[in-house]
Amino acid sequence: MMCDECGSGKAVIHLTQIVNDETKTVHLCERCAAARGLDTGGSAETTPLSDFLAQMGEEGGASISEVVRSDSCSFCQLTFSDFRESGRLGCPHCYASFEPHLRGLLRRIHGSTQHVGKVYLPPDPTQSERDKRLAGLRRKLRRAVDNEDFERAAKLRDQIRSMEPAGEGA
Amino acid sequence: MDELRTIPDFGLGWLDASGDHSDVVLSTRARLARNLQGHAFGPRARVNDRKAVLHRIEDLGGKVPALNETTTRELHEVPLRVRRILLERRLVSRDLVGENGDGPQVGTAVVLSHRDPISVMVNEEDHLRLQTLLSGLRLQEAWARLDSLDEELGRELPYAYHHEFGFLTSCPTNVGTGLRASVLVHLPALVLTKEIGKVLQGLSQVGLTFRGLYGEGSEVVGNFFQLSNQTTLGKSEEDLVDHLDKIVRQVITYEMQARQVLLRDAAGVTEDKIWRAYGLLRHARSLSFEELMNLMSGVRLGASLKLLPGLRVYSLNKVMIFTQTAHLEEAAGRELPAAECDTHRAAYVRRILATEGVINPDVDPSEDDPPEHSGG
Ligand SMILES: [Zn+2]
Ligand SMILES: [Zn+2]
Repeated sequence: MMCDECGSGKAVIHLTQIVNDETKTVHLCERCAAARGLDTGGSAETTPLSDFLAQMGEEGGASISEVVRSDSCSFCQLTFSDFRESGRLGCPHCYASFEPHLRGLLRRIHGSTQHVGKVYLPPDPTQSERDKRLAGLRRKLRRAVDNEDFERAAKLRDQIRSMEPAGEGA
Repeated sequence: MDELRTIPDFGLGWLDASGDHSDVVLSTRARLARNLQGHAFGPRARVNDRKAVLHRIEDLGGKVPALNETTTRELHEVPLRVRRILLERRLVSRDLVGENGDGPQVGTAVVLSHRDPISVMVNEEDHLRLQTLLSGLRLQEAWARLDSLDEELGRELPYAYHHEFGFLTSCPTNVGTGLRASVLVHLPALVLTKEIGKVLQGLSQVGLTFRGLYGEGSEVVGNFFQLSNQTTLGKSEEDLVDHLDKIVRQVITYEMQARQVLLRDAAGVTEDKIWRAYGLLRHARSLSFEELMNLMSGVRLGASLKLLPGLRVYSLNKVMIFTQTAHLEEAAGRELPAAECDTHRAAYVRRILATEGVINPDVDPSEDDPPEHSGG
């Protein structure tokens, strides 16, 4: 296989990229890959949570770290330094207790802080939760129909019907 | 082994080599992490928290149709060997069975469905880990199964959920969807042609990650790689699953191209490697698990390339599971010291290969039925 860039070198790097939801693979020779700043030697670098957590401390500087260290979750008493040690939170309230710090961490890990998947509907939902949930279910329904998964589509229609105001009865 | 009798195919349906690309993709697995409001989880969960969570699951009764026909077992009540068998069948995690410490903690349990390839780990790192394990490449189906189980459970249980962060988990790397989908692929040709490093490097650039056969932190053995989504927040479950599916299919294409390269440029060497692997497995008197896995990789490649006719992928899958220590001990009915384990392992493989298909190495299959060449 020849290099896509120069057409003369032997392609040794196969770079897969997602552009506008399309997967594109570029085949490059060693030289062209190096010119693009791609390392042809080393293996895939993963960033473990502990590295993120170590960075957090440095980035926040002494003042933040000190404040944070003395903080603990009101529900489970986990301290922020416990978290930095184990990488695990202790209860749902921890997310509120350490929210400002977690937001930055989540952005670094996931590239986002906003959940856009399934919407959970608590037993007594507010109107806006219900609307979000309905929008999610309609999105799924469109998908199921597109994939000709009619069994799933029928189930989703039932779910949507049972949640719509008309379906609530008197 | 009462725990396993009631599960379909004894929890081994995922070995049956059905599903897309089953010669390259061993299995698809997906799990959803969920926690309940009002209880500590992970490092802060106490015995009372764990017991309360387990009771809520046991008290669901008939309210969750997906869990109507299930067996729930607290792991500290399950004998050690059965726990290890569950682990070797990949139905529970190392953490859940307490392999890393002093055995299972009080309140940790597994819920195994008799009807569907679904199970729930209770009081692992998160309160609930809903999981499914399927043969071949079936990511959309895996997600659909988890989604409907999750819908039913979510109607009965107060999940910990945050308007911005989504489903809350003990580890921030799982928050949001709580979804980790993974595909176990066999990539011998990419390893042999030394293209694998670039493929793995490409994976991290598209938000995927890889591990060895037994998940988190495990070594790659037998050229099996577990590819999974790295992030769980900021994308919908469907997008995560579709993206993984798309990339896995691409990796399979690369593997197939690499196999054609092997057949074209190094047919003799490749064939020799495959037959040597087969010969050793067919006749060896002692095999460590690692050696077995490496030889099996060659044999699996040979079966997939039709160089070793008559070998079914299902049988090869089965060998990988039944030659693990706890499985061999169960078959022997006693504990086996390491050296004895190796001889039992070799005996098991010889027996399977002896009864499997008719392979006559003196009739070179490539003479009358040439393997597919790339042609151009
Ligand atoms: Zn070039
Ligand atoms: Zn807490």
